[in-house]
Amino acid sequence: MAWDRNQMAARAAQELEDGMYVNLGIGIPTLVANYVGDKDITLQSENGMLGMGPFPYEGEEDPDLINAGKQTITELRRTSYFDSATSFGMIRGGKIAAAILGAMEVDEKGDLANWMIPGKLVKGMGGAMDLVAGVGRVIVVMDHTNKHGDSKVLKECTLPLTGKGVVDRIITNLGVFDVVEGGLKIVECAEGVSEDELRAATEATIVG
Amino acid sequence: MKKVYANAKEALDGVLRDDMLIAAGGFGLCGIPELLLEAIKESGVKDLTFASNNAGVDDFGIGILLQTKQVKKMISSYVGENAEFMRQYLSGELELEFNPQGTLAERMRAAGCGIPGFYTKTGVGTQIAEGKEVKVFNGEEYILEEGIFADLSIVKAWKADTTGNLVFRKTARNFNPPAAMCGKICVVEVEEIVEPGELDPDNIHLPGVYVHRIIQGDHEKRIEKVTTRPREEA
Repeated sequence: MAWDRNQMAARAAQELEDGMYVNLGIGIPTLVANYVGDKDITLQSENGMLGMGPFPYEGEEDPDLINAGKQTITELRRTSYFDSATSFGMIRGGKIAAAILGAMEVDEKGDLANWMIPGKLVKGMGGAMDLVAGVGRVIVVMDHTNKHGDSKVLKECTLPLTGKGVVDRIITNLGVFDVVEGGLKIVECAEGVSEDELRAATEATIVG
Repeated sequence: MKKVYANAKEALDGVLRDDMLIAAGGFGLCGIPELLLEAIKESGVKDLTFASNNAGVDDFGIGILLQTKQVKKMISSYVGENAEFMRQYLSGELELEFNPQGTLAERMRAAGCGIPGFYTKTGVGTQIAEGKEVKVFNGEEYILEEGIFADLSIVKAWKADTTGNLVFRKTARNFNPPAAMCGKICVVEVEEIVEPGELDPDNIHLPGVYVHRIIQGDHEKRIEKVTTRPREEA
């Protein structure tokens, strides 16, 4: 037993507090928007928008209105638009309270790798390096292991880094960790996962 | 002070040359200067370096200049949507300098503001920082990034008045203002040119001081990923 994608997104949504300005990455992080409930959350899209709305109805797509994943979206009454330099100014300047994003690897020092695999097709980091360096709190949502069953929660990342010492909290399908002095601290185990199972599946040093 | 030109070819007359650095606005295919890119293709200039967040797709945007091998180097943050790009890059025909997206935007903005370099914490401890000066402010490390001073800016806006004041629309603004600011000459394509006084002076997104040449034209405005939600049942 473990959390599925939607349960991971629902767990990540618990990290958000009323009034926060938040940037959600592509994949499971995008699903977090479905679970914020009554909380007043303003979503930032780093291509130049605060107050991102849902996908449009068919026939109402606007080529001038897309999110950072290049998908058509809609605006809300609170929406504001701005240019890319201003957008990353608010990111780099720490005005965005949190970013929730995916990862290929994360390690016990809070290092994050999510933008390239050497020797494979390289697409680029987009805004990920700016986000992890700038926002108030970095929350990673990822599968705990790769398809071979190896831990992606490591002592030390092997892939090129997106950011060094930037991750605050890690949410996987098996549980939740905080990055603390000396390693990772278990915050909770996923439904049906014992602490022993969580420890066994994790390469990183677990403290406390 | 004549800024309005008849078409993209005339607006680029005398400003294009081989081996130049061009800053282009747009994010994905949203807000890209599609008419000016087409005219650059027709001109045949080559060995171009583009500072642009993305490289278009195979048959639209900067992608059309990759097909004709007119591009020597890209300075971009994300190039994932373009197969021809990958082929040229992996075969060594095309140079690529990855910049974090916010660093790229700020390098353009900074140059446009006369700032040749700035320190940022984006990329500290990653391969982006390799070879760059590191400076410590208040106990935290920052790396030095340099402004992009382009030979030419090509951008897309929604409306311009004949003096070059620009208004953008929704997320099509994106990289267009910083790209416009950082070039020696800035050429803009818009959907509509209006007379001075028709745009609200309090709502000009980029003042005409940055804009040298303007054209009006019909835009395809292609959507990269049409994504919709089902209508609720009545």
